[in-house]
Amino acid sequence: MDGQQVRIWESRCIEESPPACAAACPVHVDARGLAELLAKGDFKAAQALFCRFIPFPNIIGHLCDHPCESVCRRAEAGEAIRIHALERAVVSSSLAASPFRRGRATERKRVAVVGAGLSGLTAAADLIVKGHEVAVFESGLQLFARLRGDPRLPSAAIDADLARFDNTGIVFHCGERPDITALAKEFDAVYLGLGAQAVPDLAVLVDLTPDGRIAVDALTYASRHPKIFAGGSHRYGSTPHTYSPITSLQDGRCAALSIDRLLQGASLTANREGQGSQSTRLHVNLARHAPSAAIVPADPDNGYTPAEAQAEATRCFPCHCRECVRSCPYLEHYGGYPKRYIREIYNNETIVMGARKANRMIDSCMLCGLCAEVCPEKLSMGDVCLSAREGMVGKGKMPVSHHDFALRDLAYSRSDAFTLTRHQPGFKQSAVVFYPGCQLAASSPEQVERVYAHLCATIDDGVGLMLGCCGAPAHWAGRADLFAETHAEFSAAWQSLGRPLVLTACSSCYRMIADHLPEVPVESLWPVLARGKLPGEATAAQNSRMALAIHDPCTTRHEPAIQDAVRHLLDRCGTKTTELDGPQLTSCCGFGGLAQFANREIADKALDRRIGQSNSDYLTYCAMCRDNFARRDKRAVHVLDLLFPDGDDPAARPDPGFSRRQENRGRLKRSLLRELWNEAMEEPTDAIRLVISPQVQADLERKLILTDDLRQVLRHAERTGQRLLNGKTGRFVASHRPLRITYWVEYAIDADSGCYVIHGAYSHRMDVEAAS
Amino acid sequence: MNTNAPVETELLCAACRQPLVLGKVKASYLGSSFEVDLPRCPGCGFVYVSEALAQGKMLQVEQALEDK
Repeated sequence: MDGQQVRIWESRCIEESPPACAAACPVHVDARGLAELLAKGDFKAAQALFCRFIPFPNIIGHLCDHPCESVCRRAEAGEAIRIHALERAVVSSSLAASPFRRGRATERKRVAVVGAGLSGLTAAADLIVKGHEVAVFESGLQLFARLRGDPRLPSAAIDADLARFDNTGIVFHCGERPDITALAKEFDAVYLGLGAQAVPDLAVLVDLTPDGRIAVDALTYASRHPKIFAGGSHRYGSTPHTYSPITSLQDGRCAALSIDRLLQGASLTANREGQGSQSTRLHVNLARHAPSAAIVPADPDNGYTPAEAQAEATRCFPCHCRECVRSCPYLEHYGGYPKRYIREIYNNETIVMGARKANRMIDSCMLCGLCAEVCPEKLSMGDVCLSAREGMVGKGKMPVSHHDFALRDLAYSRSDAFTLTRHQPGFKQSAVVFYPGCQLAASSPEQVERVYAHLCATIDDGVGLMLGCCGAPAHWAGRADLFAETHAEFSAAWQSLGRPLVLTACSSCYRMIADHLPEVPVESLWPVLARGKLPGEATAAQNSRMALAIHDPCTTRHEPAIQDAVRHLLDRCGTKTTELDGPQLTSCCGFGGLAQFANREIADKALDRRIGQSNSDYLTYCAMCRDNFARRDKRAVHVLDLLFPDGDDPAARPDPGFSRRQENRGRLKRSLLRELWNEAMEEPTDAIRLVISPQVQADLERKLILTDDLRQVLRHAERTGQRLLNGKTGRFVASHRPLRITYWVEYAIDADSGCYVIHGAYSHRMDVEAAS
Repeated sequence: MNTNAPVETELLCAACRQPLVLGKVKASYLGSSFEVDLPRCPGCGFVYVSEALAQGKMLQVEQALEDK
């Protein structure tokens, strides 16, 4: 994976962006976290959280001018969360806040703070926590003199906050007006929180603003004098109306950071982008939340009771994006969100030692594109996972086992057993070529024959036929080499027919050709059928009394022409239909990205969620989607079942299963050759006749064991005589390792028929042999 | 454990007509190999892997080696 691309992907996931409240707060109080704790009734933890951001929780809890509330997204669905009232409830539950803990600076420096208001004492508190010695000079007789007249603030709250300075070694000089020039000489740094008055006397030390206050840098609060910093209401021009306690607190905090950096010889300006009130990129889907009004306290003077605070906190959404996580069982499964996953996936590829724990996660994505569709930043985890697969496969570090079965199935579809390239009988050229794809051939070979006959009857100038594999499984597996090979084969076959327009019945084939073979003109079968005359039988009244819910294959997500054509066809057939989420928000059946091979559990979760969306029978135009629905007992029809009806209840047709899928492909080729081109192909003859109960067959499907695998084991046992006999049951147990996998079969031979009755099978990849 | 004692008493090697006994077996996967005791035929050395082993411990070890 390209590190730069990874960073771009990461930056597009906004889940870690702060909620609007915390972003707008000058000191970024985690109001969302506070509400989450209060919603659980945990006031103690809420207070501890508040104290992590606020040195004087009782004062701010009573006086904060709460800019957070004006940006609260809850206001767009009812009323804003009363965050300040929640803070007040937190501090009212207990005034006691833990004392400041003096830090251990490597080199303890001395700092003078002039002015014991919120900015000065915040600077003092932060510098003590960083380990410096602080002396505070206040011209009044009391600390926080300005706040003491505020009727909203009980003096006990001030005293409780000041008690945090106990035993910190701080020295307070009240009733003193120190000489700033002398302080700047005596101390290593000086912070001035002088209140709103002009200070013309200081013009000798620092630059002044036109109205006579100290000019400071907006980011660092540094004055012209290298040791002197200033902030608080002195900086932002206070009148009684503009006084902002939280802004004063922020000034003290930011100046203290600058002073500490100065004392340590560090850059004053580096990495301060997030400082102060900000907007946020965090997306919140308000449509998910019903409006609600704020809780009104029964006693407004005393604020919320704990129960009222808890009820108000419960109204907080809380703000998160996670649109993709909510939409996708895969993204939900691993408990995180894309930004975290992308980091894990990148680390998984780049680690040198240790287990690569994200391998299966990378291979479990369905690559369906739904996440990008719902993401405000259009981030596609499919792109991330596919890139990771290609990278890991390229390094030989991706477990082969995840995709082995699917790629062996691909190998079958590339073999002589299935591939076929022909002009229409009686033609020497092809105007178009029908490419049904391996899965429609596997699911419903009869439909392939009917469609081909229909195309031949309705299109002049020759309809060629190509059977083979488009390479989608190789692409999804990250096997660039194999993908290129299948493309080369496809391309050669297509060229041998004179480069005709390719008509695909499978939307994955369509996707692969359209996206990866720009020289090949391709069109989906459905618009072609929709433009032409319908098969005679299709127009007959359909027996579906209920409307069919349309499930669009995920590979057609951005193909409105195909989606519309299918709807048009259904309309012409007189079929009643209903929509699920609409084509753009369609979800994967679990086959996409080969997820059902790498992680059956997640793929089935996605499938079951889709099934749960409607009780109607589903209609789709992808054979794999239809068969996957059938596998999970969801009634589903393919659009071809309506256009070329065969049988009473196509929605009840079971999933053929993997063994039958391969057999069907082979049978289709033999049938077409025989019926259309008068060519006989040798029928597979196998003396080994199997009897497999439905339960055992379902178990084999789950374990990805084909009946052909069973036959190989049985032939091997016959040939070598190597097998075990269970004396109690009379059954045999035999094994065979044709290549990378050992298959075991438990079976009995029916004495009358000579059939092999299969009682079970399993496999392992580890090779075992008797030690010599 | 007496490694010559018959195990999996129901299973006989059909070719050698002998009950299986626990014996040293070399298990290998993805370039790693180790010895374990598994039921095998004392005659021809045919090794038996039960379904419980194949889908339990053995699968775990396979997956751990795959992710190394």
